[in-house]
Amino acid sequence: MPRPTPQSTVRVVTLRIDDRDLSAREDETLIEVCREHQIPIPSLCQLDGLSVWGGCRLCMVEIAGQGRLVAACSTRVAEGMVVQTDTERLRHYRRTIVELLFAERNHVCAVCVSNGHCELQTLAQRCGVDHVRLPYRQVPYPVDSSHEMFRLDHNRCILCTRCVRVCDEIEGAHTWDIMGRGSDCRVITDLARPWGESDTCTRCGKCVQVCPTGALVKQGTSAGEMVKDQHFLPILARRRQAR
Amino acid sequence: MSTPAPKLTVATAWLDGCSGCHMSFLDLDERLMTLVEQVEIVYSPLVDAKTLPAQVDVGILEGSISSEDDLEKARLFRERCAVLISLGDCAVTGNVPAMRNHFKLSEVLDRAYRENVTLQPQIPTRAVPALLTPVKPVHGVVAVDVFIPGCPPSAETIWSILSDVIAGRVPDVSAVTRFGA
Repeated sequence: MPRPTPQSTVRVVTLRIDDRDLSAREDETLIEVCREHQIPIPSLCQLDGLSVWGGCRLCMVEIAGQGRLVAACSTRVAEGMVVQTDTERLRHYRRTIVELLFAERNHVCAVCVSNGHCELQTLAQRCGVDHVRLPYRQVPYPVDSSHEMFRLDHNRCILCTRCVRVCDEIEGAHTWDIMGRGSDCRVITDLARPWGESDTCTRCGKCVQVCPTGALVKQGTSAGEMVKDQHFLPILARRRQAR
Repeated sequence: MSTPAPKLTVATAWLDGCSGCHMSFLDLDERLMTLVEQVEIVYSPLVDAKTLPAQVDVGILEGSISSEDDLEKARLFRERCAVLISLGDCAVTGNVPAMRNHFKLSEVLDRAYRENVTLQPQIPTRAVPALLTPVKPVHGVVAVDVFIPGCPPSAETIWSILSDVIAGRVPDVSAVTRFGA
């Protein structure tokens, strides 16, 4: 089958990002153009394939002629746009945002099952966060281990809502949602019932795979959790003997 | 014959940590020989000296601030060391020792000294420093100049950053280590 030809109504615009002249389709966002041209922009809530959320504010960029910063994930390109993605001001804000995330909940990397596979941890390193200047809030959050296959640790959650979006938009189950405001804000399953009691969860695990941190993980991944089940052995052995 | 340049003096202390960062320091192995040509370790769990000299070039602290003794040592190091380094996640973030901040201190003590012992359950009070709440990273109580995250930071990381500090360069810490590394 021939590939569908791009719609001729979509125009191409030219713009300047970090002193590079680039062209893009007019329906693209700044972050998409940057990703295409290997211009690194940090982000935690944006994920290709999911709808735009614009919540983490890490992809903020400067646009010439505009006083306020804009999120690259939720800003469409425009003809003649002049964009800076890596200024001193942006680096300062990004570093502060990452530090705020670390100070808000309890991201103890050394004892996290996602240590070494965590986007927040990697981003902290990339943004030069070698310590957190703000005092840690030190407020404990609950852990929901009621699900047979997965676990939710609110201490590690940064509220990026990737789980909410993938469950709704890709799996079509809409098990996840958001409840509460400010520091009480948290992701919930069904109507804030334990995940293990959810009627809508299909156990597909997409939420676990898109979670950037150790907030959503597979059960049995932390130290000492591998439970051996050897019931099969005497049963099979007995049946073989009988034969 | 020219006299050799005076060696930099280095002091280290082990606050509330597991000593893993000092172990990682020892993992420098044969590079320790190169290091002692450039620096003199004047106070540390690794040497015999019992008192911190009045002036030290580089101070290195492992562990978080969890007790009155930790606080006193941190303040003394800050006062006497020209450059103060937080070594490892406990010093830099509070890390595992700070996880007790989610509980009442009395609950933590009961858990450790009453609930889990079978012989003479009692909470030690004599000859031990009083515990503080909350547990803080070192920079929560004194100013820190260089942060080396990692649990523990690898010998490579320590070598790279110490070499920079000795040479008077500003180390690019995030190029060599991260939280939890």
